[in-house]
Amino acid sequence: MVAPVAIVLAVLVLYPLGYGFYLSLTDANEANVARDIGAFHAPATYKMVWFDNYWSVLSGADGDFYPRLIWTVIWTLSCVVLHIAIGMGLALLLNRRMRAKLLYRALLILPWAVPAFVGVFAWRLMLNSQYGVFNDMITAVGLPAQNWLATPFAQKTAVIMVNVWIGVPFNMVALLGGLQSIPKELYEAAEMDGASPWQRFVNITLPGLRPVTNTVVLLGCIWTFNMFAVIYLLLGQNTTGEADILVTFAFRKAFTGVSDYSGAATYGIVILALLLAFSTFYRRRQLKTEQA
Amino acid sequence: MTSATTHSPASVAAPAKTAAPRAKKVRGREERSTLASVALHGTLILASLVAAFPVVWIVFISLGPKTAWQSPGEVLSNLSLDNYAKVLTDTDFPQWFGASVIVAGGTTLLGVFLAASAGYAVSRMRFPGHKQLMWSFLVTQMFPMAVLIVPLYELLARFDLIDNYLGLILTYATTAVPFCAWMMKGYFDTIPHEIDEAGRVDGLTPFGTFWRLIVPLAKPGLAVTAFYSFLTAWGEVAYASQFMGADHYTLAVGIRTFATESRADWAMMTAASVLILIPATLVFLLVQRNLVSGLTAGGTKS
Repeated sequence: MVAPVAIVLAVLVLYPLGYGFYLSLTDANEANVARDIGAFHAPATYKMVWFDNYWSVLSGADGDFYPRLIWTVIWTLSCVVLHIAIGMGLALLLNRRMRAKLLYRALLILPWAVPAFVGVFAWRLMLNSQYGVFNDMITAVGLPAQNWLATPFAQKTAVIMVNVWIGVPFNMVALLGGLQSIPKELYEAAEMDGASPWQRFVNITLPGLRPVTNTVVLLGCIWTFNMFAVIYLLLGQNTTGEADILVTFAFRKAFTGVSDYSGAATYGIVILALLLAFSTFYRRRQLKTEQA
Repeated sequence: MTSATTHSPASVAAPAKTAAPRAKKVRGREERSTLASVALHGTLILASLVAAFPVVWIVFISLGPKTAWQSPGEVLSNLSLDNYAKVLTDTDFPQWFGASVIVAGGTTLLGVFLAASAGYAVSRMRFPGHKQLMWSFLVTQMFPMAVLIVPLYELLARFDLIDNYLGLILTYATTAVPFCAWMMKGYFDTIPHEIDEAGRVDGLTPFGTFWRLIVPLAKPGLAVTAFYSFLTAWGEVAYASQFMGADHYTLAVGIRTFATESRADWAMMTAASVLILIPATLVFLLVQRNLVSGLTAGGTKS
């Protein structure tokens, strides 16, 4: 029964991956790949350059890689930390007995149902420097209007904000499920022993959530590291380039100007290698803490 | 709100109904003071506002005149559905919508079917590479689209699947299925093996057991899988914009034609956005009861 998935994945993931790796060893770009100009078929003229692309990326010679990498790491860390912190806070609140719980939950999950591109357009509208509702709000209380997307710093803050808005619901739901799977008896026993709310949180809730948080953190890091839509769509053509993470940078390499297919492929393979290294390390550590 | 939380120490005692006297006052989980209640609801109301505001805002702007986004104050006095009428009649929106329904629907069907059968197989059967398969499901989540997109394009072109719904459905399935299979495996693990055995004893084939007994029990997990596959396909931008021609634009690509390099037609964009939100919200409302249980099983039992 697993065969169909294995086949689909092999053809549609492994093959492109292998081909992508091959491209990363060449100097393929828009000008030298095989293409049809009218009825005339131009054969590919690119050649193998072996590890030249990797060398120029990793030695820093292309000048883009390390700045993009640093920002990608900052972006991933801040997004994941905020996702988990806010998601955890909301999940703890929602896990109590109270009125209107279902309404709150539905409203709080709403951003998850919004397709990323619609969410991003809504934020662009609200962040508009001339007519956006944010500026209406802050000028109404007497603060000067801001140019929300103008500077690199503002762009970086904005993309993190929007990504947090989009990502919190998933984390909240996962953590809420985790909270509900912790046996109530543990809390009752702790209460009998006179444990304070904080002690109960640290000694029961956090360890009880560990299986969920482990998964959510790992997936969160992978997804955020590879997040495309938010950055690409929020900044559009107005980007200074400073807010590009590795993935959006590679996409621009492949599809703007003279398409640099080999360069984009090289970035892709490097990104994959980084994520693989991170996940392997993370899982090792996880296994170690489980055994300890 | 912050003042409410800081000024509610244990001395602001719980309501009198929980009056079991204790030497050292420690508040239990299900008791809280009025102030704490206010803080709780206050925080949740604020968070809900933040979560819902962008959506409410585009709905609001879309109901106004063409220039509403520049002067939101005029919306309430000039409510109209003109923007919607224009989007539906003057643009290719209905066509994009149809394309997205086909692609998202196809991805959901294919995704749920593949993810459920793969998840079940990994959960119940022992075969060589069983452990590695789960790991490889996770690894596929790491493949950056930037490295796959060019080779995928060439691969699809070879099978004549560029500018073709099936090509896009297959592409999306590769993103959605691994994660969904991973979740479904966790969910199937929570269903007792005795049920399979009972099915076997009653003479059902392995697939019969899966289809007749396990699938109905796994509905919450399947709901999350469907939701996730649908949203993946409904909102994807990069592949759709490279693989599809103007005749087969999906919503994510089509809506961008309302925004040119220099300026965006927000009247059209907001109206179109709201129309795009409706199916996503419907799917969401259908499955939201199952989201928590479905997601947890997958998360905790991986």
